[in-house]
Amino acid sequence: MMAGNVVVVGGGVAGMEVAGQLARSGCMVTLIEKESFTGGHVREWHHLFPDRRNSREVTDYLDRQIDHDNITLMAGTTIARMEYGKKVFTVDTDNGTSLSADAVVVATGFDLFRSERKEEYGYGIYDNVITSADLEAMFRNGAIKRTDGTTPEKIGIVHCVGSRDEKAGNIYCSKLCCITAVKQAMELKEHISDAKVYCFYMDMRMGGALYEETYRESQEKYGINFIRGKVSEVGETIDHKLIVKVEDTLVGRPLRMELDMIVLMAGMEMSKGGVKMAQIFGLKTGENRFFAAADHHYGSNASNVEALFLAGSCTAPMNITETISHARAAAAEVINYLRKAER
Amino acid sequence: MQFDPFVIPFNIGLYFILIYAVVRSIIWFRDLSRPDKLRLQRGFFGKAFGQSLKEIFLESLIHRKILRTNPRLGYMHMSLAFGWFLLILFGTIEADIFGEKHLNPPYKAIFFKFFNPEHGITGFEAAYAFLMDLILLFILSGLFLAVIKRFTPKVVGMKKSTKLKSLDKLALTSLWLIFPARLIAESLTSGEYSTGSFLTGSIGSWLATFLPAGELAYPFWWLYSLSLGTFFILLPVTRYLHIPAELFLIFMRNSGIRTGDKAGSYSEIQAHSCSSCGICIDQCQMNFSAGINNIQPAYLIKAIRGNEDTSEIAMNCLMCGRCDQKCPVGIEISAVRMIQRREVYSGPEFRNTWKGYFRLRNGDHTPKPNGHHVYDYLPEVAAAEKTDILYFAGCMTHLTPAVSRSMVKILDASGLKWSFLDKDGGACCGRPLMLAGNDREARELINHTSELIWKSGAHTLVTSCPICYKVFRESYYLDIEVLHHTQFIKNLIDEDLVRMNFLHKRVAYHTPCELGRGTQVYNEPKDVIRHVAILEETGYEDENSLCCGGSLGNIKISYRDRQKIAVDAAARLTSRNPEILITSCPLCKKTLSAATPTKVADISEIVAEAVIIPKTEKTSLKHSLPVAEAVNIF
Amino acid sequence: MEKFGFKLSKPRVIDFDRNDKSVAEFIHANEPSFRLCIECGGCSATCTAGNFIPFSLRELHILLKRGETEKVKDNIEKCMLCGKCSLVCPRGVNTRNIIELAKRAFKIPELHAV
Repeated sequence: MMAGNVVVVGGGVAGMEVAGQLARSGCMVTLIEKESFTGGHVREWHHLFPDRRNSREVTDYLDRQIDHDNITLMAGTTIARMEYGKKVFTVDTDNGTSLSADAVVVATGFDLFRSERKEEYGYGIYDNVITSADLEAMFRNGAIKRTDGTTPEKIGIVHCVGSRDEKAGNIYCSKLCCITAVKQAMELKEHISDAKVYCFYMDMRMGGALYEETYRESQEKYGINFIRGKVSEVGETIDHKLIVKVEDTLVGRPLRMELDMIVLMAGMEMSKGGVKMAQIFGLKTGENRFFAAADHHYGSNASNVEALFLAGSCTAPMNITETISHARAAAAEVINYLRKAER
Repeated sequence: MQFDPFVIPFNIGLYFILIYAVVRSIIWFRDLSRPDKLRLQRGFFGKAFGQSLKEIFLESLIHRKILRTNPRLGYMHMSLAFGWFLLILFGTIEADIFGEKHLNPPYKAIFFKFFNPEHGITGFEAAYAFLMDLILLFILSGLFLAVIKRFTPKVVGMKKSTKLKSLDKLALTSLWLIFPARLIAESLTSGEYSTGSFLTGSIGSWLATFLPAGELAYPFWWLYSLSLGTFFILLPVTRYLHIPAELFLIFMRNSGIRTGDKAGSYSEIQAHSCSSCGICIDQCQMNFSAGINNIQPAYLIKAIRGNEDTSEIAMNCLMCGRCDQKCPVGIEISAVRMIQRREVYSGPEFRNTWKGYFRLRNGDHTPKPNGHHVYDYLPEVAAAEKTDILYFAGCMTHLTPAVSRSMVKILDASGLKWSFLDKDGGACCGRPLMLAGNDREARELINHTSELIWKSGAHTLVTSCPICYKVFRESYYLDIEVLHHTQFIKNLIDEDLVRMNFLHKRVAYHTPCELGRGTQVYNEPKDVIRHVAILEETGYEDENSLCCGGSLGNIKISYRDRQKIAVDAAARLTSRNPEILITSCPLCKKTLSAATPTKVADISEIVAEAVIIPKTEKTSLKHSLPVAEAVNIF
Repeated sequence: MEKFGFKLSKPRVIDFDRNDKSVAEFIHANEPSFRLCIECGGCSATCTAGNFIPFSLRELHILLKRGETEKVKDNIEKCMLCGKCSLVCPRGVNTRNIIELAKRAFKIPELHAV
């Protein structure tokens, strides 16, 4: 067994997995999480694509991963300062603890795009314009309701909110919103069987395992409608129905539709915590503002700082499967590094 | 009669430039419109004449405005202009008093020392020689600054110096040579005769100790004459035409002539009056935020003078009007640019420099109506339900629903009878087309929207968009009151039609270009803000406000460059960390909110948040606030 | 077009090889962002002119790229230049310049044979 102190920054999927893997390899791990709970965004999600399993199953697994004697969890804590010298990190937290580490793993994850920044979609302005995260909370509460308590019958789902949008400052694809839209559309139909659900998309990006199958299923079994066009504006009628303005680009004519509810597929952005870590640790970021890994192909866990490794969606949008794989790879990189340092 | 062949180049140059000036002024006068001719005649024999003389003294000689904005640059211009003027004035007096006879030909004054080498030894003569030396030194000090500026603009406080074309370089060289040549020529002559004052005398006697002063002086007198002659001959084809042109400009402006919307003598004189001082370049955000520095007024005007195709340059400008405020010569830059834009639209016509030597004849580029209507698809305007207040959100406001929703809330709270003209979208106000030089098409949209407004029976038109506001004020024929929503809210507050809570927030206010410099609405927005929040200064107030970068005035700039301007502007506006950055234009709001993490909101939003639902029902405004007359700068 | 003894009023295919793409090339050369369009239709959806008549910048744009310029020529002037399209465009395409350039291109005789 090899020893070594590792600080893992971020207690989401990636951080928990990397902590668990390292602890089982004999490292002493301190897992720092800014919130009072671990699990990150997954904790707030109800069901997961593509198989719509309950997210609890994943968080339960992650909880078991970090249930280890070698792991010290510091929840509700952030990092304030850092020094690196003689191959040792000295990390000071905001509550006055000073930690010493041989390696650091940054797993600060992502933030959801704040949908009010796309003002023309009316989030925070019109009732019943909600985000994908809001909808997950409704699923968890078991009731899909408009603010007046009625059940929506016509629901629109808007793809690419804050992704692939230069005006929102993010030109990249968040990769998960298309499949999330399909998953949520099907779930909406499960909750409200006679609801009509329309997805407004620019391109359907169904590149993951079982994504295309899910897309087919949503058409075949759930009758979800797909309209190709970017929604440009959302308006409101006197009786509080929402109107979307979109061009049905495949027909080549503008389309107006009244809806009871609009769900915005918020994209993923570099987290605020990640930006702070970039400053503290001197980490490089890319044009998309996520951390820039040392090599795109074979060094996606290595950073520009020695002994500092990256895990999960702080480097690029990733789904849970990819995040867990990336976290395991990060653990392997840390172990390799510590072995070399020992010699 | 004293004469020497070396004065010939000077004489040729001088008589050439005098004849040129006469011919040119006749052509300029002839090309003025009839009303402008009358204005000029009245101006010439009236009060304007005195004003013009005063202005010529203060601006063309002393360069007061440049001195104020940039003392070092101002000194440079003043020493060259005022110094040279003094040198000619006192030189002429000198020649008249001390010369062999009175009323000499001009070259006698210029080359006085050559013809009177023994002058200036005793008493009054020596004092006079001292004065002449002092003036020469004054000019040379300015010249020294000019040379430094050419190579390192920062020394005179300029970030950028204008780039020159080859004829300008030649003219510049001859200009630079004039005074050093005179210094050396006078010094050498003084050295030979042991005359001259503290400058020419000392240098002369020192040079004479090791040089054959008498023999060397003659070639330098030739050089002096040649550089003067060259400079005069080149003057009409180089930027130095600004020296005489500015005199014409001042007379015409004081007589009440303005640029208007077509090319003509006045716009041409303005183009020639630009000294390429570069103050406009330093003011331009496209320069200091996005690093674009080939489109600024100095370059546009250079291209106009060079008869180059200006279509790209003319269109590549935010039309924010920051440069208009600072032009020391008072050129109506944006109006000149708009003329170029209209010309681009009616088809580029390439002209050549030599043809333009005597006359930049543009011809009539007014778009010719061809009976073809572009927007005849707009629906017939039906009779509408009568209302008092008409609210026109504007195209852009439909992309900022928070603004229109807030206005709806405020209008409802006021209890006034109002209706929403473009609730489901209307036609464009026409200003974007005008900004692109398409006036005729814009007129079609103006006619359509005017009809809608007339038929509503409203007595007040309120708009949320400063772009619409400007065009409603200036290009629509409306006999009703037109208010931007900031003015309208101010009226509501003054009339006690809405009551508001005070929100304890520290806010900063960004003045939109079209509302501020465009239509002079500076105070109403700030008054409104002070009713609901704590207003802090940004350092970019009123006339000095920034452009957000989103301006519709520029159809060439890339989104990335816009974004650079927006990010820089937002950073400057929020440098004192306000809680909210407030603006009063939907386009500014959209642009700035994509460029800063600080919350950006429209005035209507904070007012709507603060508004208290009214006590009683009211039907109309008792009276309206006087609205400052808009100044037409675009 | 005389083929097989009958007249084709409108060809069935886009004759890509023969179509005149000079207008698109002219716009490319003067406004590089012309290339960035992904045909999302945001511009057409928000369009002020499109609120009154069938006018789709997205459609005109793709027609230009395919060299089907006739419809573009007949319709391009209907734009009001209000600029909403450039605000919603997710690719940062400078839509207004494209329209102005297209209008200009149709006035340059040697550019196109339409």
